[in-house]
Amino acid sequence: MMYNEEFEALPREVLEALQLKRLRHIVERVYHTVGFYRRSFDEAGVKPDDIRTLDDLRKLPFTTKNDLRDNYPFGLFAVPMSSVVRMHASSGTTGQSTVVGYTRRDIETWSELMARCFAAAGVTRNDIVHNAYGYGLFTGGLGAHYGAEKLGASVIPMSGGNTKRQIVILQDFGPTVICCTPSYALTLAEAGTEMGVDMRSLKLRVGILGAEPWSERMKLEIENKLNITALNIYGLSEVIGPGVSMECIEGRDGMHIFEDHFIVETIDPETGEVLPPGEQGELVFTTITKEAFPLIRYRSRDISRIITTPCRCGRSFLRMERVSGRSDDMLIIRGVNVFPSQIESVLMAIEGLEPHYQLIVDRVGTLDTLEIRVEVSESIFSDEIKALQSLEKRISKDVKDYLGVTAQVKLVEPKTIQRFEGKAQRVIDKRQI
Amino acid sequence: MKVEQISIFMENRPGALEQVTGVLSRANINIRALSLADTSDFGILRLIVNDVATAKKVLQEGGFTVKRTDVVAVEVPDRPGGLHSILAVLARHAVNVEYMYAFIERSGENAIIIFRFTPTDEAIDILIKNGFTVLPGEKVYSL
Repeated sequence: MMYNEEFEALPREVLEALQLKRLRHIVERVYHTVGFYRRSFDEAGVKPDDIRTLDDLRKLPFTTKNDLRDNYPFGLFAVPMSSVVRMHASSGTTGQSTVVGYTRRDIETWSELMARCFAAAGVTRNDIVHNAYGYGLFTGGLGAHYGAEKLGASVIPMSGGNTKRQIVILQDFGPTVICCTPSYALTLAEAGTEMGVDMRSLKLRVGILGAEPWSERMKLEIENKLNITALNIYGLSEVIGPGVSMECIEGRDGMHIFEDHFIVETIDPETGEVLPPGEQGELVFTTITKEAFPLIRYRSRDISRIITTPCRCGRSFLRMERVSGRSDDMLIIRGVNVFPSQIESVLMAIEGLEPHYQLIVDRVGTLDTLEIRVEVSESIFSDEIKALQSLEKRISKDVKDYLGVTAQVKLVEPKTIQRFEGKAQRVIDKRQI
Repeated sequence: MKVEQISIFMENRPGALEQVTGVLSRANINIRALSLADTSDFGILRLIVNDVATAKKVLQEGGFTVKRTDVVAVEVPDRPGGLHSILAVLARHAVNVEYMYAFIERSGENAIIIFRFTPTDEAIDILIKNGFTVLPGEKVYSL
C-alpha cells in the first residue's frame, strides 16, 4: 500500500529527472547560504553550475560527522532561526553532539515520509499505533508520532521505559502496530510473559522496528514471541530521522529509500571511491528537499548494499539491505548512539582520571549492557571504600547525563587493560546479534 | 604521633593478594597489621609494615596503585569495655571513625587498635587529653 503513489511509483527516468532538478537547486542554495559548503566546494574547485547530471554529484566533497561537530550547534543551518520550528540533537558533551533543525515544511516532509513508512507496513487510519520510541531530542519518538498522525492512525505516545505500564497499555488499549527498537520489542515480549500475559494473543499485527542493528534471527524471534510481522525501518537524525528508508510488507526484502527526497550512493569507506550499485559499502546520503539542514554527500558510516531490482510492491525506489555494520567505531547501545571518544571526554572531565579505560559491550537477555573499566591511578585512589564507590557513581551518572546511556563502572588495577602495540583496545563488543 | 599505613587497590579476583604478598616477601618486608576492605568488584588492602618507604617503592614498581595514609595506633585496655571506653570519648567529640582494625602484637598488657579518623589531629589530641596512649610510628613499626 502506498501513501503517495504519484511519487513512490514514478518511472525511474522521471524520478531521476526530478532528483537532478532538486539536486541542482539544493547545491545552489547551500553554496549561497552555508559558509561551510561554500568553503568546501571552493576548496574542491566545484561550482554549483558544474552539477549538470546526477553523476556530477561525485564532484562534490563529502560531509562528515566531524564537519557537523565543528559547526556545532547551528553552523550548518541554511535558514534563519526564525524559520526553524524544531530541533533535534544526538547525545554528547558540548561540541560532540550534532544538532539538526527543521522548517515547517521539513516537518511536513518528514511526517509524509513516516506516513509512507506506516502505509508500507499496511497501516491505515483504522490502526492504533503504540509508539515506544523515545520522545525528546532523539528523532524516533516525534518522527513516528507525526507520521502516524498524518496517516490518521490513533497514536499512543508511550515513549521508552516504564515497561510494566507499556504491557498494561498493550493489553488495555489494544494497539495493532508497535514502533520501538528491536531489542525493546524483545524486552516487552519477555516482561509481558513474566507478568503472565499471553503476548502472542495481543491485537498487535505489525512492528516497525529500527534505530539499532538487528539480524534475521532477531526478527524471527520477535515475530514468534509477539505474533507480529516485524519490518525494518532506517533513518538517521542528520539526514532527517527515521523514514529515510522502509521495508514494505509486500516485498519484505530490503528497505525502499525515498529517493524523491534523498540521493543515495555507496562508497568504499577507505578510499571514498563510488562503488557500482549492488556492491557492499558505506552509504552516503544527499538530502534534496530539506530546507533548514540540507546535507550534501553525508557519510552515514553505515555499511549496506543497494538492491536495484524492482520490488513486487510497485515502488520504483532503490532498496538497501539491512545495515550490516559501521565503518567507524560508533556503538549503538539500547538504541543510543555512542562513540568511545564521547565516553573518553566524560572521563577526562573528571579530575585525576587517566585515559586508561575500556568499554565492554554485551547483551544480557535482550538488553545491551555497557561496562566501563577504568584503571585506578594514584591520583584517584583513596584508601576509603566510600570514596572509590562515589567515584564509580559519579562516572556512571556523568555518562548517563551526557550520553543518555546506562553504564556499569568497574575500577581495575593499573596496566590491566590490554594494550596492543602500545595502544589500548578501547572496545570489546561481545554481542552476538 | 601518627602511623603511616600503606593502602593498595586490588581487584576482587583469585591471586590478587598473592601478588602483593609475593612482592613484599621478596623485598623482605614484614607485615605488622593488615585489614582488607572489599566490595563486589574491588578491595583495598591496608598494611602496617616495618619499612614503609621500601614497601611503597617495591609495590609501585610491581605495578600496584599505592597510597600512604596517616592512621593512629591506640593502646586499648585488654578487658571488657576497653574499646568502648575509647569510642565513647570519640563519639562525645563527634570524631568519625572511617575504619579500624586490630594490631597483631600487644603493647605490654594492652591491645593495639589502628584507627583512621577524620579529622586525625583533633582525634589524637582528644585521646591524649583523655588519658589514652597513642603510639608513635617508630614504635609501631618495630613492635
